[in-house]
Amino acid sequence: MLAFVLRRIAQAVLVMLAVGLIAFSLFTFVGDPVLFMLGQDATPEDRIRITHLLGLDQPFYVQYAHFVARAVQGDFGLSLRQVQPVSRLFVERLPATLELSFVAALLAIAVGIPMGVYAALKRNSWLSQVFLAVSLIGVSLPTFLIGILLILVFAVLLGWLPSFGRGDTVAIGWWTTGFLTVSGLKSLILPSITLGLFQMTLIMRLVRSEMLEVLRTDYIKFARARGLPDRSVHFRHALKNTLVPVITIAGLQLGSIIAFAIITETVFQWPGMGLLFIQSVTVADIPVMAAYLCLIALIFVVINLVVDLLYYAVDPRLRLDRAAAAH
Amino acid sequence: MKAKAGAWLRRTWEHDLAWGFRRSPVTVAAAFLTLVCVGGAVFAPWIAPHNPFDSASLVLTDGFTPPAWVAGGRMEYLLGTDDQGRDMLSTIMYGSRVSLAVGLASVLFSMVLGVGLGLVSGYVGGRLDAFIMRVADIQLSFPAILIALLIDGVARVALPRDTHDQIAIYVLILAIGVSGWVQYARTVRGSTLVERSKEYVQAARVIGRSQASIMLRHVLPNVMGPVLVIATIHIATAIITEATLSYLGVGVPATQPSLGTLIRVGNDFLLSGEWWITVFPGLALIVLVLSVNLLGDWLRDALNPKLR
Repeated sequence: MLAFVLRRIAQAVLVMLAVGLIAFSLFTFVGDPVLFMLGQDATPEDRIRITHLLGLDQPFYVQYAHFVARAVQGDFGLSLRQVQPVSRLFVERLPATLELSFVAALLAIAVGIPMGVYAALKRNSWLSQVFLAVSLIGVSLPTFLIGILLILVFAVLLGWLPSFGRGDTVAIGWWTTGFLTVSGLKSLILPSITLGLFQMTLIMRLVRSEMLEVLRTDYIKFARARGLPDRSVHFRHALKNTLVPVITIAGLQLGSIIAFAIITETVFQWPGMGLLFIQSVTVADIPVMAAYLCLIALIFVVINLVVDLLYYAVDPRLRLDRAAAAH
Repeated sequence: MKAKAGAWLRRTWEHDLAWGFRRSPVTVAAAFLTLVCVGGAVFAPWIAPHNPFDSASLVLTDGFTPPAWVAGGRMEYLLGTDDQGRDMLSTIMYGSRVSLAVGLASVLFSMVLGVGLGLVSGYVGGRLDAFIMRVADIQLSFPAILIALLIDGVARVALPRDTHDQIAIYVLILAIGVSGWVQYARTVRGSTLVERSKEYVQAARVIGRSQASIMLRHVLPNVMGPVLVIATIHIATAIITEATLSYLGVGVPATQPSLGTLIRVGNDFLLSGEWWITVFPGLALIVLVLSVNLLGDWLRDALNPKLR
């Protein structure tokens, strides 16, 4: 057990170091920071002094170690375009992305699970067919097109909802929230549907297939034979047992939602981290890119690690499998 | 000769696959739409009503012409024109060309990379296998589109601007290709492990064929079946990834617009009422992706005897 946990954590650290190396090489090999700071007409002495001051005359691995040490403390230097610390830019935009992702995830779960249950219980009803057709569209349409179509219908043609931005926000300490104003909530509707639709269809399909599988098992037949009402069989016996894989997938998808927010934020000009990243790519703002790279990798690595460890703790069969596989 | 061809046609018509195909109207429709899209894209230079990239033939005053059936529209421009007076139908046909080319090329790239690594991983085994599969595990925990976006973004910043514009399409193919190799590698590794222990491989080893020759000439043909099915389904994903990256402004350069680029350009005019500049490229993308997807699903089910 301990060996597995340690190996898993070591692997996570290794991935982070590798991503850090990519981010660091961006800094080192793209552009010349000395030239950037001093301009064209600096004396050679000045150049040497600044190079020494920045530590650029030290060996590669020493510089990398310094970079990692600073990155761990959240220090990625100054943004090249907006002369501000990168960390501050991210802290400003973090609430927007997290609120959007949270609402999208909630939507996906709250709508996806009931749809999946219905489609499994009433397999042949027309509504189930509609759900399946919708899920096919949700899976095969690109996110950004869904966003654009929603804007076209609800913002341009009907004029009910705003087409871009976050609306009015209220600051609570350093956190700005759009949950407390009407325009903030209205602005949230279209982006969160766009972002949540793919995950919703995924959860729906998963719940449906798991549920169909569980409904075929012996203990369900037995529960029916005992004369339990359908309600009890479906929800207390069947649904409960489908939820373990669903929760795992939903957990893993949380990272995807934050990553896919890049696309949704671009469509709706939502002032979050994803939009910041896309803007930094188009203007070659390397510190911001490097920071985003590390941040998104960290989110994924942590989520995967937690899910793996939880799985291991929850499901004793997995321990046996691993032990058997090792021999 | 004629009788032979007739017999061949008859056999094909009565084959299991063809039978399943005829029985499913959705699949027939999907195949038809795919043919229309691919045909329009491939033959665009000959059948497109205008050449949108010939600046001499562009009439700026024709800009923002709505589709033919809307008031103010002209038959000359069936789906309307964009801000520079380019015919939308023609730009869409040329755009699908870029989308399809990038999609197919990156699927091919993923396939070669994934099959190669999977074959080596399964056949050689040991530390190399452990390393390749660990990298695959790690990559699989990130969404493919994010990886493509990061590779393309990093290349965009790392290369000098002029160089990048020239090779942007190849960088994009590389980025999408690298983001999709894992599935191929895992499948091929699995089947290679099975094939490796079979007698024909042992026999080849006994008569002294080299490792590379056994892998390529003997094992490879026997593990390609599932790979082709994965590739068919992968095409739609690759087209979506390309469109998304181009929409985000990190894909193909504006001089060679793909469907994604067209949608991004049209997006600016959505709020001012010129909806056709976005909607038609969007519809073209939807039709293309949906029909390719349906065809891929059908092929997967048809070739998988377990599902029958």
